[in-house]
Amino acid sequence: MKLFRMLIRSIRDAFKSVIRNFSLSLASISCITITLIIVSIAIIASFNVQNFTKEIEKDLTIVVFLDNDATEDNVETVKNDFKRISNIEKYDYIPKKEVKEKLKKESEVLDTVLSGWSDEESPLKDTFQVKVKDVEKISKTAATIKKMDKVSAVKYGEGMIDKLITAFSSIKNTTYGVVIALILVTIFLIINTIKLTISARKREISIMRLVGASNFIIKTPFIIEGMVLGLLGSIAPVIFTTYGYLTFYKHFDGHLYSELIRLIKPEPFMYQTAIIIVIIGILVGMIGSASAVKKYLKI
Amino acid sequence: MDLIRIKNVEKKYKNGVTAIYDLSLAIEKGSFVFVIGGSGSGKSTLIKMLYREEKPTKGQIIVGGLNVAKLKNKKVYKLRRKLGIVFQDYRLLPKLTIYENVAFAMEVIGAKKDDIRRKTLKALEDVGLKNKVHNYPDQLSGGEQQRVAIARAIVNDPKLLLCDEPTGNLDPEKSMEIMKVLDDINKSRGTTIIMATHDKDIVNRMKKQVISLKDGHLVNYKKKGTYNDEII
Repeated sequence: MKLFRMLIRSIRDAFKSVIRNFSLSLASISCITITLIIVSIAIIASFNVQNFTKEIEKDLTIVVFLDNDATEDNVETVKNDFKRISNIEKYDYIPKKEVKEKLKKESEVLDTVLSGWSDEESPLKDTFQVKVKDVEKISKTAATIKKMDKVSAVKYGEGMIDKLITAFSSIKNTTYGVVIALILVTIFLIINTIKLTISARKREISIMRLVGASNFIIKTPFIIEGMVLGLLGSIAPVIFTTYGYLTFYKHFDGHLYSELIRLIKPEPFMYQTAIIIVIIGILVGMIGSASAVKKYLKI
Repeated sequence: MDLIRIKNVEKKYKNGVTAIYDLSLAIEKGSFVFVIGGSGSGKSTLIKMLYREEKPTKGQIIVGGLNVAKLKNKKVYKLRRKLGIVFQDYRLLPKLTIYENVAFAMEVIGAKKDDIRRKTLKALEDVGLKNKVHNYPDQLSGGEQQRVAIARAIVNDPKLLLCDEPTGNLDPEKSMEIMKVLDDINKSRGTTIIMATHDKDIVNRMKKQVISLKDGHLVNYKKKGTYNDEII
Protein backbone atom coordinates (compact mmCIF):
# COMPACT_ATOMS: atom_id res chain seq x y z
CA MET A 1 0.00 0.00 0.00
CA LYS A 2 2.82 2.32 0.98
CA LEU A 3 4.74 1.36 -2.14
CA PHE A 4 1.68 1.93 -4.30
CA ARG A 5 1.11 5.32 -2.71
CA MET A 6 4.70 6.31 -3.37
CA LEU A 7 4.51 5.09 -6.95
CA ILE A 8 1.40 7.19 -7.58
CA ARG A 9 3.20 10.17 -6.07
CA SER A 10 6.22 9.50 -8.29
CA ILE A 11 4.06 9.50 -11.38
CA ARG A 12 2.30 12.67 -10.30
CA ASP A 13 5.63 14.35 -9.52
CA ALA A 14 7.04 13.29 -12.87
CA PHE A 15 4.21 14.96 -14.78
CA LYS A 16 4.32 18.01 -12.51
CA SER A 17 7.99 18.43 -13.08
CA VAL A 18 7.72 18.06 -16.85
CA ILE A 19 5.30 21.00 -16.76
CA ARG A 20 7.10 23.03 -14.09
CA ASN A 21 10.46 22.74 -15.83
CA PHE A 22 8.87 23.30 -19.18
CA SER A 23 11.76 24.93 -21.03
CA LEU A 24 14.17 22.21 -19.93
CA SER A 25 11.62 19.53 -20.80
CA LEU A 26 11.21 21.10 -24.21
CA ALA A 27 14.97 21.00 -24.75
CA SER A 28 15.08 17.29 -23.94
CA ILE A 29 12.00 16.54 -26.02
CA SER A 30 13.34 18.31 -29.10
CA CYS A 31 16.69 16.57 -28.73
CA ILE A 32 14.93 13.22 -28.55
CA THR A 33 12.68 14.16 -31.48
CA ILE A 34 15.51 15.12 -33.81
CA THR A 35 17.68 12.13 -33.04
CA LEU A 36 14.74 9.74 -33.21
CA ILE A 37 13.82 11.04 -36.67
CA ILE A 38 17.31 10.19 -37.87
CA VAL A 39 17.17 6.80 -36.13
CA SER A 40 13.79 6.03 -37.67
CA ILE A 41 14.99 6.91 -41.17
CA ALA A 42 17.94 4.60 -40.61
CA ILE A 43 15.61 1.85 -39.35
CA ILE A 44 13.30 2.16 -42.35
CA ALA A 45 16.23 2.19 -44.77
CA SER A 46 17.88 -0.81 -43.17
CA PHE A 47 14.66 -2.84 -43.05
CA ASN A 48 14.09 -2.09 -46.71
CA VAL A 49 17.59 -3.11 -47.67
CA GLN A 50 17.16 -6.30 -45.65
CA ASN A 51 13.87 -6.92 -47.35
CA PHE A 52 14.91 -6.54 -50.94
CA THR A 53 18.13 -8.47 -50.50
CA LYS A 54 16.10 -11.28 -48.98
CA GLU A 55 13.58 -11.11 -51.81
CA ILE A 56 16.33 -11.36 -54.39
CA GLU A 57 18.02 -14.16 -52.51
CA LYS A 58 14.77 -16.06 -52.37
CA ASP A 59 14.65 -16.05 -56.15
CA LEU A 60 18.07 -17.62 -56.45
CA THR A 61 17.89 -21.21 -57.68
CA ILE A 62 20.43 -23.79 -58.76
CA VAL A 63 19.33 -25.59 -61.89
CA VAL A 64 20.78 -29.09 -62.09
CA PHE A 65 20.84 -30.87 -65.49
CA LEU A 66 21.21 -34.64 -65.54
CA ASP A 67 22.87 -36.67 -68.29
CA ASN A 68 20.62 -37.64 -71.22
CA ASP A 69 20.90 -41.29 -70.41
CA ALA A 70 19.94 -40.91 -66.74
CA THR A 71 17.54 -43.65 -65.68
CA GLU A 72 14.84 -43.36 -63.05
CA ASP A 73 17.17 -45.16 -60.62
CA ASN A 74 19.79 -42.49 -61.24
CA VAL A 75 17.20 -39.81 -60.48
CA GLU A 76 16.39 -41.51 -57.19
CA THR A 77 20.09 -41.67 -56.29
CA VAL A 78 20.45 -37.96 -56.98
CA LYS A 79 17.39 -37.22 -54.84
CA ASN A 80 18.86 -39.25 -52.00
CA ASP A 81 22.16 -37.47 -52.36
CA PHE A 82 20.37 -34.12 -52.16
CA LYS A 83 18.92 -35.15 -48.81
CA ARG A 84 22.43 -35.52 -47.48
CA ILE A 85 23.47 -31.95 -48.42
CA SER A 86 22.47 -29.83 -45.44
CA ASN A 87 22.35 -26.53 -47.31
CA ILE A 88 19.56 -27.67 -49.64
CA GLU A 89 16.22 -26.37 -48.49
CA LYS A 90 14.06 -27.99 -51.14
CA TYR A 91 14.20 -29.20 -54.70
CA ASP A 92 11.75 -29.69 -57.53
CA TYR A 93 12.25 -32.52 -59.96
CA ILE A 94 11.26 -31.63 -63.51
CA PRO A 95 11.50 -34.62 -65.87
CA LYS A 96 12.20 -34.25 -69.62
CA LYS A 97 8.54 -34.64 -70.49
CA GLU A 98 7.49 -31.75 -68.36
CA VAL A 99 10.27 -29.58 -69.73
CA LYS A 100 9.07 -30.48 -73.19
CA GLU A 101 5.45 -29.60 -72.38
CA LYS A 102 6.54 -26.29 -70.94
CA LEU A 103 8.62 -25.40 -73.95
CA LYS A 104 5.88 -26.47 -76.32
CA LYS A 105 3.47 -24.17 -74.64
CA GLU A 106 5.91 -21.29 -74.86
CA SER A 107 6.15 -21.15 -78.64
CA GLU A 108 4.73 -22.75 -81.75
CA VAL A 109 8.13 -23.13 -83.39
CA LEU A 110 9.46 -25.10 -80.47
CA ASP A 111 6.27 -27.15 -80.48
CA THR A 112 6.84 -28.32 -84.03
CA VAL A 113 10.56 -28.93 -83.52
CA LEU A 114 10.12 -30.86 -80.32
CA SER A 115 7.25 -32.95 -81.66
CA GLY A 116 9.76 -34.42 -84.13
CA TRP A 117 11.64 -36.21 -81.36
CA SER A 118 10.38 -39.13 -79.43
CA ASP A 119 10.96 -39.23 -75.68
CA GLU A 120 14.01 -41.48 -76.12
CA GLU A 121 15.77 -39.27 -78.63
CA SER A 122 14.92 -36.02 -76.93
CA PRO A 123 17.91 -33.69 -76.47
CA LEU A 124 16.26 -32.30 -73.36
CA LYS A 125 17.53 -33.29 -69.96
CA ASP A 126 15.89 -34.16 -66.69
CA THR A 127 16.37 -31.18 -64.37
CA PHE A 128 16.18 -30.23 -60.73
CA GLN A 129 15.47 -26.77 -59.36
CA VAL A 130 17.27 -26.52 -56.05
CA LYS A 131 16.72 -23.83 -53.41
CA VAL A 132 19.40 -23.38 -50.79
CA LYS A 133 19.15 -22.31 -47.19
CA ASP A 134 22.23 -20.10 -47.07
CA VAL A 135 22.86 -18.28 -50.33
CA GLU A 136 26.35 -17.33 -49.28
CA LYS A 137 27.29 -21.00 -49.67
CA ILE A 138 25.48 -21.39 -52.99
CA SER A 139 28.68 -21.83 -55.04
CA LYS A 140 29.96 -24.54 -52.69
CA THR A 141 26.66 -26.41 -52.84
CA ALA A 142 26.62 -26.09 -56.64
CA ALA A 143 30.14 -27.54 -56.79
CA THR A 144 29.14 -30.50 -54.62
CA ILE A 145 26.11 -31.21 -56.80
CA LYS A 146 28.23 -30.99 -59.93
CA LYS A 147 30.48 -33.80 -58.68
CA MET A 148 27.52 -36.14 -58.29
CA ASP A 149 27.03 -39.10 -60.59
CA LYS A 150 25.00 -38.46 -63.76
CA VAL A 151 24.93 -34.70 -63.24
CA SER A 152 25.95 -33.06 -66.46
CA ALA A 153 25.71 -29.34 -65.66
CA VAL A 154 24.85 -26.95 -62.87
CA LYS A 155 23.73 -23.38 -63.41
CA TYR A 156 23.13 -20.66 -60.84
CA GLY A 157 24.40 -17.42 -62.38
CA GLU A 158 27.90 -17.97 -60.98
CA GLY A 159 30.18 -14.90 -60.91
CA MET A 160 27.52 -12.19 -60.91
CA ILE A 161 25.49 -13.86 -58.17
CA ASP A 162 28.55 -14.43 -56.02
CA LYS A 163 29.45 -10.75 -56.21
CA LEU A 164 25.86 -9.70 -55.54
CA ILE A 165 25.69 -11.90 -52.46
CA THR A 166 28.92 -10.53 -50.98
CA ALA A 167 27.67 -7.03 -51.68
CA PHE A 168 24.36 -7.78 -49.95
CA SER A 169 25.96 -9.18 -46.86
CA SER A 170 28.23 -6.16 -46.49
CA ILE A 171 25.28 -3.81 -47.09
CA LYS A 172 23.34 -5.63 -44.36
CA ASN A 173 26.20 -5.43 -41.91
CA THR A 174 26.71 -1.74 -42.67
CA THR A 175 23.05 -0.91 -42.09
CA TYR A 176 23.11 -2.81 -38.79
CA GLY A 177 26.21 -0.87 -37.80
CA VAL A 178 24.68 2.47 -38.78
CA VAL A 179 21.47 1.83 -36.85
CA ILE A 180 23.31 0.70 -33.73
CA ALA A 181 25.73 3.64 -33.93
CA LEU A 182 22.84 6.06 -34.34
CA ILE A 183 21.00 4.61 -31.36
CA LEU A 184 24.16 4.92 -29.25
CA VAL A 185 24.64 8.53 -30.35
CA THR A 186 21.00 9.20 -29.50
CA ILE A 187 21.42 7.72 -26.04
CA PHE A 188 24.54 9.79 -25.50
CA LEU A 189 22.88 13.01 -26.66
CA ILE A 190 19.77 12.40 -24.64
CA ILE A 191 21.71 11.47 -21.52
CA ASN A 192 23.57 14.75 -21.80
CA THR A 193 20.45 16.83 -22.27
CA ILE A 194 18.72 15.11 -19.39
CA LYS A 195 21.85 15.54 -17.28
CA LEU A 196 21.55 19.27 -17.86
CA THR A 197 17.92 19.31 -16.80
CA ILE A 198 18.72 17.25 -13.74
CA SER A 199 21.74 19.25 -12.70
CA ALA A 200 19.42 22.25 -12.65
CA ARG A 201 17.57 20.30 -9.96
CA LYS A 202 20.55 19.23 -7.85
CA ARG A 203 19.14 21.22 -5.00
CA GLU A 204 15.86 19.38 -5.09
CA ILE A 205 17.66 16.05 -5.04
CA SER A 206 19.93 17.08 -2.18
CA ILE A 207 16.92 18.26 -0.16
CA MET A 208 15.15 14.99 -0.84
CA ARG A 209 18.16 13.19 0.53
CA LEU A 210 18.29 15.44 3.56
CA VAL A 211 14.71 14.80 4.53
CA GLY A 212 15.19 11.04 4.33
CA ALA A 213 14.01 9.97 0.90
CA SER A 214 15.48 6.63 -0.12
CA ASN A 215 17.42 6.47 -3.37
CA PHE A 216 14.60 4.48 -4.92
CA ILE A 217 12.11 7.23 -4.15
CA ILE A 218 14.42 9.93 -5.48
CA LYS A 219 15.17 8.05 -8.68
CA THR A 220 11.67 6.88 -9.59
CA PRO A 221 10.11 10.27 -10.48
CA PHE A 222 13.15 11.15 -12.58
CA ILE A 223 13.02 7.83 -14.39
CA ILE A 224 9.29 8.19 -15.03
CA GLU A 225 9.94 11.74 -16.17
CA GLY A 226 12.57 10.43 -18.59
CA MET A 227 10.06 7.93 -19.92
CA VAL A 228 7.45 10.67 -20.36
CA LEU A 229 10.00 12.86 -22.17
CA GLY A 230 10.96 9.93 -24.38
CA LEU A 231 7.32 9.23 -25.16
CA LEU A 232 6.59 12.88 -25.97
CA GLY A 233 9.77 13.08 -28.01
CA SER A 234 8.80 10.08 -30.11
CA ILE A 235 5.41 11.44 -31.21
CA ALA A 236 6.76 13.71 -33.94
CA PRO A 237 9.16 11.08 -35.38
CA VAL A 238 6.35 8.53 -35.53
CA ILE A 239 4.05 10.90 -37.42
CA PHE A 240 6.89 12.10 -39.63
CA THR A 241 8.09 8.66 -40.63
CA THR A 242 4.64 7.15 -41.06
CA TYR A 243 3.41 9.87 -43.40
CA GLY A 244 6.84 10.24 -44.97
CA TYR A 245 7.07 6.56 -45.80
CA LEU A 246 3.50 6.38 -47.07
CA THR A 247 4.14 9.27 -49.45
CA PHE A 248 7.47 7.79 -50.47
CA TYR A 249 5.91 4.40 -51.12
CA LYS A 250 3.08 5.86 -53.17
CA HIS A 251 5.37 8.13 -55.12
CA PHE A 252 7.63 5.27 -56.23
CA ASP A 253 4.76 2.84 -56.60
CA GLY A 254 6.28 0.27 -54.28
CA HIS A 255 9.65 -0.22 -55.92
CA LEU A 256 12.79 1.75 -56.57
CA TYR A 257 14.22 2.07 -60.14
CA SER A 258 13.46 -1.49 -61.13
CA GLU A 259 11.03 -4.23 -60.14
CA LEU A 260 13.97 -5.89 -58.46
CA ILE A 261 14.17 -3.41 -55.59
CA ARG A 262 10.80 -3.79 -53.93
CA LEU A 263 9.85 -1.60 -50.95
CA ILE A 264 8.20 -3.05 -47.89
CA LYS A 265 4.43 -2.53 -47.88
CA PRO A 266 3.53 0.26 -45.41
CA GLU A 267 1.15 -2.00 -43.50
CA PRO A 268 1.93 -3.45 -41.01
CA PHE A 269 5.54 -2.31 -41.41
CA MET A 270 4.80 1.26 -40.33
CA TYR A 271 3.02 0.15 -37.15
CA GLN A 272 5.97 -2.03 -36.24
CA THR A 273 8.41 0.79 -36.91
CA ALA A 274 6.28 3.20 -34.88
CA ILE A 275 6.28 0.81 -31.93
CA ILE A 276 10.04 0.35 -32.20
CA ILE A 277 10.58 4.12 -32.26
CA VAL A 278 8.32 4.69 -29.26
CA ILE A 279 10.07 1.92 -27.34
CA ILE A 280 13.50 3.32 -28.19
CA GLY A 281 12.32 6.79 -27.09
CA ILE A 282 10.99 5.54 -23.76
CA LEU A 283 13.99 3.32 -23.05
CA VAL A 284 16.50 5.98 -23.96
CA GLY A 285 14.70 8.57 -21.82
CA MET A 286 14.64 6.12 -18.95
CA ILE A 287 18.30 5.14 -19.24
CA GLY A 288 19.26 8.79 -19.68
CA SER A 289 17.47 9.91 -16.51
CA ALA A 290 18.62 6.96 -14.46
CA SER A 291 22.25 7.46 -15.33
CA ALA A 292 22.03 11.22 -14.94
CA VAL A 293 20.45 11.12 -11.49
CA LYS A 294 22.83 8.44 -10.21
CA LYS A 295 25.59 11.01 -9.88
CA TYR A 296 23.68 12.92 -7.24
CA LEU A 297 22.83 9.94 -5.09
CA LYS A 298 26.29 9.66 -3.57
CA ILE A 299 27.44 11.81 -0.71
CA MET B 1 20.20 8.14 28.19
CA ASP B 2 22.62 9.19 25.53
CA LEU B 3 21.20 9.92 22.09
CA ILE B 4 24.59 10.55 20.56
CA ARG B 5 27.87 8.91 21.41
CA ILE B 6 31.05 10.01 19.70
CA LYS B 7 34.22 8.04 20.38
CA ASN B 8 37.76 8.91 19.28
CA VAL B 9 36.56 10.52 16.08
CA GLU B 10 39.04 12.00 13.67
CA LYS B 11 38.20 13.66 10.39
CA LYS B 12 40.81 14.30 7.78
CA TYR B 13 39.68 15.72 4.44
CA LYS B 14 41.09 14.48 1.16
CA ASN B 15 43.07 17.68 0.73
CA GLY B 16 45.03 16.80 3.87
CA VAL B 17 43.32 19.21 6.26
CA THR B 18 42.39 17.67 9.59
CA ALA B 19 39.12 19.20 10.82
CA ILE B 20 38.56 17.13 13.97
CA TYR B 21 41.17 15.50 16.23
CA ASP B 22 40.30 12.62 18.54
CA LEU B 23 36.87 13.83 19.67
CA SER B 24 34.86 11.91 22.26
CA LEU B 25 31.62 13.05 23.79
CA ALA B 26 28.08 11.99 24.60
CA ILE B 27 24.88 14.01 24.29
CA GLU B 28 21.83 13.16 26.35
CA LYS B 29 18.34 12.79 25.00
CA GLY B 30 16.30 15.97 25.24
CA SER B 31 19.22 18.31 25.69
CA PHE B 32 19.87 21.60 23.90
CA VAL B 33 23.51 21.93 22.96
CA PHE B 34 25.41 24.74 21.28
CA VAL B 35 28.52 23.91 19.33
CA ILE B 36 30.68 27.01 19.23
CA GLY B 37 34.03 27.94 17.79
CA GLY B 38 35.57 30.21 15.19
CA SER B 39 35.93 29.51 11.51
CA GLY B 40 37.85 26.32 10.90
CA SER B 41 37.19 25.05 14.42
CA GLY B 42 35.43 21.97 13.03
CA LYS B 43 31.90 22.71 14.21
CA SER B 44 30.37 22.37 10.75
CA THR B 45 32.33 19.18 10.17
CA LEU B 46 30.99 17.77 13.42
CA ILE B 47 27.39 18.56 12.42
CA LYS B 48 27.97 17.12 8.92
CA MET B 49 29.31 13.90 10.39
CA LEU B 50 26.21 13.59 12.56
CA TYR B 51 23.93 13.47 9.50
CA ARG B 52 26.56 11.65 7.47
CA GLU B 53 27.25 14.23 4.85
CA GLU B 54 30.83 13.46 5.84
CA LYS B 55 32.26 10.22 7.15
CA PRO B 56 34.76 10.19 10.02
CA THR B 57 38.22 8.96 9.08
CA LYS B 58 38.56 7.22 12.42
CA GLY B 59 36.37 6.44 15.40
CA GLN B 60 32.74 5.75 16.03
CA ILE B 61 29.59 7.85 15.91
CA ILE B 62 26.34 6.40 17.22
CA VAL B 63 23.15 8.41 16.65
CA GLY B 64 20.00 6.93 18.14
CA GLY B 65 21.41 3.41 17.90
CA LEU B 66 22.68 3.75 14.31
CA ASN B 67 26.38 3.43 13.65
CA VAL B 68 26.71 6.43 11.39
CA ALA B 69 30.36 5.88 10.46
CA LYS B 70 29.58 2.49 9.01
CA LEU B 71 26.27 3.38 7.35
CA LYS B 72 26.18 2.48 3.67
CA ASN B 73 25.33 5.15 1.14
CA LYS B 74 22.10 3.37 0.26
CA LYS B 75 21.00 3.29 3.91
CA VAL B 76 21.67 6.93 4.71
CA TYR B 77 17.97 7.68 4.47
CA LYS B 78 17.38 5.58 7.60
CA LEU B 79 19.49 8.01 9.60
CA ARG B 80 18.00 11.06 7.92
CA ARG B 81 14.52 9.98 8.95
CA LYS B 82 15.54 10.07 12.57
CA LEU B 83 16.70 13.64 12.44
CA GLY B 84 15.80 17.07 11.14
CA ILE B 85 18.34 19.48 9.71
CA VAL B 86 18.23 23.26 9.45
CA PHE B 87 20.78 25.28 7.48
CA GLN B 88 21.91 28.86 7.32
CA ASP B 89 20.52 29.17 3.76
CA TYR B 90 17.10 27.56 4.54
CA ARG B 91 17.24 25.21 1.50
CA LEU B 92 13.59 25.44 0.58
CA LEU B 93 12.25 24.44 -2.82
CA PRO B 94 11.32 27.71 -4.54
CA LYS B 95 8.64 26.20 -6.76
CA LEU B 96 6.67 24.64 -3.92
CA THR B 97 4.40 26.48 -1.54
CA ILE B 98 5.16 26.65 2.17
CA TYR B 99 2.71 23.84 2.82
CA GLU B 100 4.18 21.72 0.04
CA ASN B 101 7.72 22.35 1.24
CA VAL B 102 6.90 20.99 4.67
CA ALA B 103 4.67 18.19 3.38
CA PHE B 104 7.46 17.18 1.01
CA ALA B 105 9.46 15.76 3.92
CA MET B 106 6.58 13.45 4.76
CA GLU B 107 5.63 12.56 1.21
CA VAL B 108 9.06 11.23 0.37
CA ILE B 109 8.88 8.77 3.23
CA GLY B 110 5.48 7.55 2.07
CA ALA B 111 3.22 8.91 4.81
CA LYS B 112 -0.56 8.84 4.50
CA LYS B 113 -2.31 11.89 3.14
CA ASP B 114 -4.31 12.56 6.32
CA ASP B 115 -1.19 12.26 8.47
CA ILE B 116 0.69 14.59 6.17
CA ARG B 117 -2.01 17.22 6.38
CA ARG B 118 -2.39 17.02 10.15
CA LYS B 119 1.31 17.00 10.96
CA THR B 120 2.26 19.63 8.39
CA LEU B 121 -0.32 22.05 9.73
CA LYS B 122 0.75 21.30 13.31
CA ALA B 123 4.43 21.92 12.49
CA LEU B 124 3.60 25.17 10.70
CA GLU B 125 1.50 26.21 13.68
CA ASP B 126 4.39 25.45 16.03
CA VAL B 127 6.63 27.83 14.13
CA GLY B 128 3.86 30.44 13.84
CA LEU B 129 3.28 30.34 10.09
CA LYS B 130 -0.16 28.78 9.83
CA ASN B 131 -1.49 31.81 7.97
CA LYS B 132 1.11 31.63 5.18
CA VAL B 133 0.66 28.06 3.99
CA HIS B 134 -0.20 29.04 0.42
CA ASN B 135 2.65 31.49 -0.09
CA TYR B 136 5.86 30.68 -1.92
CA PRO B 137 9.24 30.96 -0.17
CA ASP B 138 10.28 34.13 -2.02
CA GLN B 139 7.21 35.92 -0.65
CA LEU B 140 8.50 35.42 2.90
CA SER B 141 11.15 37.21 4.95
CA GLY B 142 14.38 35.46 5.87
CA GLY B 143 13.22 34.75 9.40
CA GLU B 144 9.96 33.30 8.13
CA GLN B 145 11.76 31.13 5.57
CA GLN B 146 13.97 29.78 8.32
CA ARG B 147 10.88 28.96 10.35
CA VAL B 148 9.51 27.03 7.36
CA ALA B 149 12.78 25.11 7.26
CA ILE B 150 12.40 24.34 10.96
CA ALA B 151 8.82 23.17 10.40
CA ARG B 152 10.06 20.88 7.66
CA ALA B 153 12.78 19.55 9.95
CA ILE B 154 10.39 18.71 12.79
CA VAL B 155 7.38 17.51 10.80
CA ASN B 156 8.42 13.86 11.05
CA ASP B 157 8.88 14.13 14.84
CA PRO B 158 12.61 13.48 14.76
CA LYS B 159 14.48 12.74 17.97
CA LEU B 160 17.27 15.03 16.94
CA LEU B 161 17.33 18.46 15.32
CA LEU B 162 20.65 19.59 13.85
CA CYS B 163 21.07 23.29 13.13
CA ASP B 164 24.07 24.62 11.25
CA GLU B 165 24.25 28.37 11.87
CA PRO B 166 20.48 28.80 11.53
CA THR B 167 20.65 32.46 12.48
CA GLY B 168 23.68 33.27 10.34
CA ASN B 169 21.69 35.28 7.79
CA LEU B 170 19.32 36.99 10.23
CA ASP B 171 19.40 40.16 12.28
CA PRO B 172 19.54 39.86 16.11
CA GLU B 173 15.80 40.36 16.55
CA LYS B 174 14.83 37.67 14.01
CA SER B 175 17.57 35.46 15.43
CA MET B 176 15.98 35.58 18.86
CA GLU B 177 12.60 34.67 17.33
CA ILE B 178 14.19 31.60 15.78
CA MET B 179 15.81 30.73 19.12
CA LYS B 180 12.44 31.04 20.82
CA VAL B 181 10.93 28.62 18.29
CA LEU B 182 13.78 26.16 18.78
CA ASP B 183 13.54 26.40 22.58
CA ASP B 184 9.80 25.70 22.40
CA ILE B 185 10.38 22.67 20.23
CA ASN B 186 13.01 21.40 22.65
CA LYS B 187 10.65 21.84 25.59
CA SER B 188 7.31 20.81 24.14
CA ARG B 189 8.39 17.99 21.83
CA GLY B 190 11.42 16.87 23.80
CA THR B 191 13.53 17.03 20.65
CA THR B 192 17.27 17.02 21.21
CA ILE B 193 18.76 20.07 19.53
CA ILE B 194 22.37 20.56 18.48
CA MET B 195 23.12 23.96 17.07
CA ALA B 196 26.38 25.20 15.62
CA THR B 197 26.77 28.96 15.91
CA HIS B 198 29.26 31.75 16.41
CA ASP B 199 26.70 34.19 17.72
CA LYS B 200 27.87 35.14 21.24
CA ASP B 201 24.66 36.91 22.21
CA ILE B 202 22.51 33.92 21.55
CA VAL B 203 24.73 31.51 23.47
CA ASN B 204 25.01 33.84 26.43
CA ARG B 205 21.30 34.55 26.60
CA MET B 206 20.06 31.00 26.17
CA LYS B 207 22.18 29.46 28.95
CA LYS B 208 22.30 25.99 27.44
CA GLN B 209 24.95 23.29 27.19
CA VAL B 210 27.98 24.42 25.25
CA ILE B 211 30.57 22.43 23.36
CA SER B 212 33.56 24.60 22.47
CA LEU B 213 35.84 23.58 19.65
CA LYS B 214 39.11 25.14 18.63
CA ASP B 215 41.18 24.03 15.65
CA GLY B 216 39.51 20.65 15.71
CA HIS B 217 40.00 20.00 19.42
CA LEU B 218 37.33 19.85 22.10
CA VAL B 219 38.26 22.54 24.60
CA ASN B 220 35.21 22.63 26.80
CA TYR B 221 31.85 20.96 27.42
CA LYS B 222 29.78 22.85 29.94
CA LYS B 223 26.27 22.09 31.21
CA LYS B 224 25.28 25.77 31.45
CA GLY B 225 27.78 27.57 29.33
CA THR B 226 28.50 30.94 27.85
CA TYR B 227 30.57 32.02 24.90
CA ASN B 228 34.00 32.36 26.47
CA ASP B 229 36.31 34.56 24.43
CA GLU B 230 39.40 33.57 26.36
CA ILE B 231 39.05 29.94 25.36
CA ILE B 232 37.98 30.46 21.77
